[in-house]
Parts: sequence; C-alpha cells; structure tokens
Amino acid sequence: MKIIVCVSHVPDTTTKINLGADGKNIDPAGVKFILNPYDEFAVEEALKLREKNTGEVIAISVGSDAAKEAIRQALAMGADKGILVKGEKSDSFSVAEMLAEAIKPIGADLILLGKQSIDFDGMEMAPMLSELLDLPAATVVVGLAIEGTNVTAEKEVEGGKEIISLSLPCIISAQKGLNDPRYPSLPNIMKAKSKPIEEISGSPASGRTSIIKMDKPEKKRVNKIIKAEGNPQGAAIELVKLLHEEAKVL
Amino acid sequence: MTDFYDITGLLTEEQRMIRDTVRNFVTSEVLPIIEEHNQAMTFPMELIPKIGALGLLGPTLPEKYGCAGLDSIAYGLINQELERGDSSIRSFSSVQSSLVMYPIFAYGNEEQRMKWLPRLASGNAVGCFGLTEPDHGSDPGGMVTMAKKVSGGYNLNGAKMWITNGTISDVAVVWAKVDSDDSKSIRGFLVEKGMKGFTAPEMKGKYSLRASVTSELVFQDVFVPEENMLPNVQGLKGPLGCLTQARYGISWGAVGAAIACYESSVEYAKSRIQFGKPIASFQLVQAKLAEMLTEITKAQLLCLRLGQLKNEGKMKPAHVSMAKRNNVAMALDIARVARDIHGANGILGEYPIMRHMANLESVKTYEGTHDIHTLVLGQEITGIAAYE
Repeated sequence: MKIIVCVSHVPDTTTKINLGADGKNIDPAGVKFILNPYDEFAVEEALKLREKNTGEVIAISVGSDAAKEAIRQALAMGADKGILVKGEKSDSFSVAEMLAEAIKPIGADLILLGKQSIDFDGMEMAPMLSELLDLPAATVVVGLAIEGTNVTAEKEVEGGKEIISLSLPCIISAQKGLNDPRYPSLPNIMKAKSKPIEEISGSPASGRTSIIKMDKPEKKRVNKIIKAEGNPQGAAIELVKLLHEEAKVL
Repeated sequence: MTDFYDITGLLTEEQRMIRDTVRNFVTSEVLPIIEEHNQAMTFPMELIPKIGALGLLGPTLPEKYGCAGLDSIAYGLINQELERGDSSIRSFSSVQSSLVMYPIFAYGNEEQRMKWLPRLASGNAVGCFGLTEPDHGSDPGGMVTMAKKVSGGYNLNGAKMWITNGTISDVAVVWAKVDSDDSKSIRGFLVEKGMKGFTAPEMKGKYSLRASVTSELVFQDVFVPEENMLPNVQGLKGPLGCLTQARYGISWGAVGAAIACYESSVEYAKSRIQFGKPIASFQLVQAKLAEMLTEITKAQLLCLRLGQLKNEGKMKPAHVSMAKRNNVAMALDIARVARDIHGANGILGEYPIMRHMANLESVKTYEGTHDIHTLVLGQEITGIAAYE
C-alpha cells in the first residue's frame, strides 16, 4: 500500500506571533514551528495502515527549506521518505496545485492529511485535492477502516455520526480522535537523519486569493476588580450589570 | 520555553527534535499525574514502558543494544526536560541509564551486555545501583559490604541504603569489597531479583523525591555466581566513573526544575493582582525574576559547554563537580524564591514549586554532596585533597 501524507509546517500554538513589516504575513523571526497537529493524526494513521498491510509512507510538504523540519518529524515518527515541493505558497489553491502535481505521478493508494492547518485554518486542502486529482474524499474523519479497496470513514456530525463509504484510491482528512499519535522515539529521530528527502520545484502558481492585511487582536482580555469596601450591595449590583451588559453571560 | 540566550540556535536539528519530543512527553504524560503520585508517595509505574518505548533509557549506548546512540548534549537535554516534570522521573532514568546500563556497558562482558541492556533499554527490566551504605556516604571507600570468594562465585553480605529504584529492580549493580586470597579490591556485581538472601525493602516517610522509590538493599549470604561479576573494572574508579555520568545528567536536570519554578513564577506574578496591579509590576518581584533568569541562563551555558567537552572526550570529573554543584544550588535557590513569589499558593500541590524545592533538597546532597563537590574543586585548584 502506497500512502502519501501531506504535512504542513506551522507556528506552534504557544509561540508569540508578530506581524511582518508588510502587514500581510507573520514575522517568522523567533517563531517556533511544528508539524501541524492535525497532520500528526494523518501520519499516525498512515503508519498504522503500513504496519497492518505493509507498503510505503511518503510525507510531502510544500514550502521553503524550513518545511523540511515537518517532513523530518514525520520521518522520525516512522514515514519512509519525504518529498519537499519548493514553491511560493500564495494561497491554499496554489498549495493544492503544487501538491496535486507532485502526487499525481506517484500513483498512491491513499492520501492522508490533517483536516486543517492551524496557521490559516482554511480546511480547504482535502476538497481541493479531491477536485484536482479527481479522487473521492472524506473529510474530518475520526474513524477509518479499509478492506481491500473498500474504505469506510466515520465523521462526527451535529448530534451523531456519519458513516461514509468510498473506495481506493481516495483522500482522507484527519480529525482529532482518529488515533493517538505516537511520539517519535529517539532511535527513530536518529534514523530519520538518513532517510531521503527528495526536493522538486513546484510550478509557480498565481493563486486565486490574496491577503490584503493582517491585524493582531485589538486588546487582550482585561481583568476588572469591583471594590466592595463599605458597599457590598452596590458592588453586587455592579457585578450583575457588568456580567449582563459587558460580558453578556447573564 | 526559557531560552534567553537562544541556546536552541546552538543545537543540531536532532538535538532540538529530541528535546521537543521529551518536552511534549513530559507535558502530556508526566505533568498531569505527577502531583498525585507525589502526594501518595508512589512511583508512576505506568510510565516505565512509555519511557522505554521513547528510547530514554541508556540513550547514549549503541544501537545494537536497543539504544539510540545519542551524543552527550542530547542526553543532557533529556534530563533537563524530565526534571522539568519531576526530579523523581529524572532520577529513575538517570539511575537506569548512567548507573546501571553504563557500568554494564563499560565494565561488563558481551554476555552481560546482551542479557541486560536490551531489556533495560525497553523498560522491560528495571535496575538500581548499590554503593552508598548506612554508614558510608561521602566516603564510599569505607564500605563494609563484603564479597567472600567461594566455589563458583561469591558470598555477599552487607547492606546498601538510599538506593533509587531498589524495590522495583530486576537487577542491582552492587559494589562490594572482595575477600579472597589474591584480592581485596572493590568490584561490581550484578545481583538479580530473587537471589536467595537478597531483599530490597522500601524506605518510607520521605519529604523529598516522594514519587521515586528509595530502598535499602540487604544481602545475607547471597550467592552471586562468578559470571555476575563485572570483569573489566577494579577499585573505586568503577563506581566513581558511573557517578560522573549520572552527575553530568543531574547538572542538566537541575536546570529543568529551575525553569519550571521560574516559568510558574512569571505567570503567577503577571496574573496575581495586589494593590490594584499585578505583583509583576513591583520592583522587588521584578528583581527576583531578573535574578532567576540570569542564573538559569548561566547554568544553561555551563551545561552546554560541559556537553561539548564530554562529546570531545575532554570532560574531567571536576568539570562535572562545578556544574552539578552550581546548578543544583541555583535550582534550589530559585525554588525558594519562587515560593516567595507565589505567596501562600506556593505551598500548594496545584503549583509545582514546593515539590521541586523538596526534591532538590535530595538532589543537592545525592551523587556527591554540594560540599564534597566544593572540595573536589578545591583539590583541582590547589592539588590538595581536603577530604582525605
């Protein structure tokens, strides 16, 4: 079974983000990047399927040399090899085009990816790849079973769950709950160093959308203390008023 | 994560990945359960297979024994991250790696290595190290545990104390004085669980390292077969060589505990409101935080350089003494100041402060007391051993 996992290199959620000088991008200086957490579920699922059926797991990412770190993380978890598509990521569609172009000649049985990247949160990649590669897709999947070429995917919907049937080759986007991603073991981190990462150039795609401006949230939550000295009743009335009118929780 | 001088920038990609993996492991698997174990005075046994699967045990030893073959800086970073969780977890792994697997690797023969190292690496077996005795701590050469030569092996009598992992161990690396016609030297023995006359009762009532198993090892006419003696070392340099490895890891580990206390202090100081503003806005609190960060940064640089020296084979025991002595005292001082910043909350298990502080009291005097390391440095400087 040949499985491709698309991985994205994203800022760590705990990192402090500043905007770049052009106001259209974040300033990467001092930002810690990680393998997109939803992609970890995709890598884990691919590794489990390979352990069950044998085959090969290929981690692929679009971006600059820095994106190799995300690929290396997938290799350390156990993927067999990596592909870095070097190209300018102008928007989701440009990434999807470059991914599709790189994936097409490989002839994969299954393409796995996280349901979204936690940087732009577009949730567009699986549907876009589905169109560009003309393959069926199931998105936001929490359960996956494969028998021969029959694929059964489970997703959570409001108040219940949905069972989707499709067949290989296909695209699956992973949601939290699909599995429990393994930690890369230290011996595997060392082995990842010698696993190959092929570099190819992505065709410069123009993209269909562009960012006009990025802004940071205006202000952080402020704490407010109501002084009760001498007038507890008044303070209580003030608290209820604020909870009702400002916090809007009453 | 506290890294004021961008020490991350001096690490290789693998070292960074290893540090981050262990950090994530500690955040997800250790921090949520450690306080409960600390209160209950139990070691989290459920972590052993996970620690083994991750490759944290004996990580610098070669791959053929199921280990990762890491360099010394990566090993140091593992200790730093584990002790950010708790000194007990770092102690477990230090003992297994530096005091059990290392001597079996360095002083054992190939049969002993193949028998024990893969099992110890995977966490399927646990080991401990018996050197300290009830009446011989800083002066281990005065030990009274004796191994009398008998036909086919040795007859072991004596007792060891303050032994991390003792009660849960499958194998104990025990140092004893040989009593035979041609030798009176200190030798290492692999004493296995279940050997007749060998017991390892747990020591109770600790206020420190509560999530760690601390035991006595008692030997009453224990027959240890000849093939269980470590063949390749004689004398006190055997156990002292192991301790240099373990102290190296402690130097890094203490930085992790200090970082945990510092980060909790920063967060607390910024959110605790007194006199209408966060206590972080008061000069006395800022001075404490500035001092903490400075000391942590100095300790981090000490560790990194020590790791480089170790990787280059240039590290001397006195180098390790300086780092162990400085960093543990630094971490303990920071834990105490952190307790002040946290006010009454500092004594609660909800915050990690008191747990680290109490743990560090042990770390300060185990693996060579603070004072003995001072004298080791004194000897290095003057050429005169003050402790003899």
